[in-house]
Amino acid sequence: MTSGLIELAGIERVFRLGDSEVHALRRLDLQIASGEYVSVMGPSGSGKSTLLNLLGLLDRPDAGTYRLAGRDVTTLSADEQARLRSERIGFVFQSFHLVPRLTAAENIALPMVLAGIAPSRRAERIASALRDYGLENRADHRPDQLSGGQRQRVAIARATIMQPAVILADEPTGNLDRATGEEVVRLLETLNERGVTLIVVTHDAGLGARAQRQLLMEDGLLQHDRRHGSETPGPCVAPT
Amino acid sequence: MRSADLIRFARDAAAGHPLRTVLLVLAMAIGVAAVVVLTALGDGARRYVLNEFSSIGSNLVIVLPGRSQTGGFNPGNAVTSTPRDLTIDDAQALLRASSVYRAAPLAVGTSEISYGGKLREVTVVGTTAEFVEVRRLSLAHGRFLVTGDWRRGASEAVIGAKIQDEMFGRQNALGQLVRVGDRRFRIVGVLAASGQGLGMNTDELVILPVPLAQAMFNSNTLFRILVEASSREAIDSAKAQVSEIIRLRHEGELDVTVITQDAVLATFDRLLGTMTLAVAGIAAISLAVAGILVMNVMLVSVTQRTAEIGLLKALGASAATIRNAFLAEAAMLSIAGALVGLLLGHAGAAIIRQLFPAFPAFPPAWAVIAGLATALTTGVLFGVQPARRAARLDPVQALARR
Repeated sequence: MTSGLIELAGIERVFRLGDSEVHALRRLDLQIASGEYVSVMGPSGSGKSTLLNLLGLLDRPDAGTYRLAGRDVTTLSADEQARLRSERIGFVFQSFHLVPRLTAAENIALPMVLAGIAPSRRAERIASALRDYGLENRADHRPDQLSGGQRQRVAIARATIMQPAVILADEPTGNLDRATGEEVVRLLETLNERGVTLIVVTHDAGLGARAQRQLLMEDGLLQHDRRHGSETPGPCVAPT
Repeated sequence: MRSADLIRFARDAAAGHPLRTVLLVLAMAIGVAAVVVLTALGDGARRYVLNEFSSIGSNLVIVLPGRSQTGGFNPGNAVTSTPRDLTIDDAQALLRASSVYRAAPLAVGTSEISYGGKLREVTVVGTTAEFVEVRRLSLAHGRFLVTGDWRRGASEAVIGAKIQDEMFGRQNALGQLVRVGDRRFRIVGVLAASGQGLGMNTDELVILPVPLAQAMFNSNTLFRILVEASSREAIDSAKAQVSEIIRLRHEGELDVTVITQDAVLATFDRLLGTMTLAVAGIAAISLAVAGILVMNVMLVSVTQRTAEIGLLKALGASAATIRNAFLAEAAMLSIAGALVGLLLGHAGAAIIRQLFPAFPAFPPAWAVIAGLATALTTGVLFGVQPARRAARLDPVQALARR
């Protein structure tokens, strides 16, 4: 097996709710190669959001190792993880998560501002991002002056502005109507065609089916790992 | 994150909640303004008293009858505990001292002045020609009492500016005969209006030769002897010489109190300086309260902006960046409040000066600096805890909050 961009080995994540323990992820092994388009599906509580948070370094596993681009990131300090998020990972959220007081351009610039990139270099990249996502005449609008589709385009522009290797999208079309959702998915797929690894968590079977590789999760386990419709058993389908 | 970006981010965050920001700035501003105005009042009082006291003359040594403190057992005390009177002879004897430049005896009482059917109660001061020099008074019209034998005096009077106004109006008082008590006096001079003088308003005085005043009050004692030392350096030796002369004249008993103007000034200075400090301390409490408000508001801000903090973390902000952003916001609000407070305070002090022109209500520089520093320190100090709380938030839980 060639080493991929993302390698999870024996990942466990346990939440304690009162006295009971909830196993969000059970001994999960997963490899994702650079440039893959992966959808993660499954019912509520199957652990797909937990998986996404772990992949995005927002959460730490209780056991197992996570290697990102060949480097073990499970043991990194919070600040080192923050730097990796800044440089390698872009997030797209269901509810957009735009900062309401900032304009579209400022929201797009936010990751660069946090990374301490010089204003002159920022301006150039913001201008081209606004052009790429058709937001040129919306640059100075605040989120409440934008439509849902425009908001998600701003969010995608923000997620890609640092040119990350991976984009993690959590229900990117969940708050959008069908036509706008379609448009947003096409944007994400274009990014994937340019070589960005795209991981989409969704309830929507139609959206999930568009990915080259589809993961189905249930009770913290990978139930299926399909590629291009041809079913191959997941690497960790352990009978329970 | 670059400092310029940090400041802009904090500014935008503060501007995003105008009401909260305005309230916080106001609280800080009131605290700083309170410090500025109250210290201006305290220091104004100090300067006012010092000015008033300096204006009664310079290099003054004042002799008053009676001891203000006990001097242990003295044979004189065994016979009588009443101090001897301070007399004109005592005052004249003081002129022999080398460090004494001038001396003016002072007998004070109240009487009535009448002229043309008008009657007014007045404070009568019996003194000599030296008084006008020692007290640095100036005359509006006429002349002061004539120099001469202290035990004799012509029936001449000098009146204050207010007496002139009330008794004579626009009429020239010079040369007029008035009745003071049961004697008639010719007015030879009118004092220039001087406003308030400490304890004794010279505008409302009638000044007579000291023997005539003593005869009017039927007593030969003096209220004070004002002594002017020959120079500033001579004040202490003048005091010693004056004490010695009086002691010798009073059968070896020092039954008078000799104070110097400088000592009184220093005492007032210390006393009122301490008062200013105490007032500043009280005002500083409001700054502490404002600091607690900063903490409260910043904690609310952290709670309201939890989702945003989660987002910033997801976008790669380190804990330090988030902490700095919140600290910068707290510091910025404190600075804004302090500056607004400074303006308000100075405006308040200016209004007080407008209303009471005689009162020099200027806030002292130390109080302004201390007020600003306290505002900033409390603001930032109370901002630390909310900022740390923001920095410690778990990104997953923070993002889940709407």
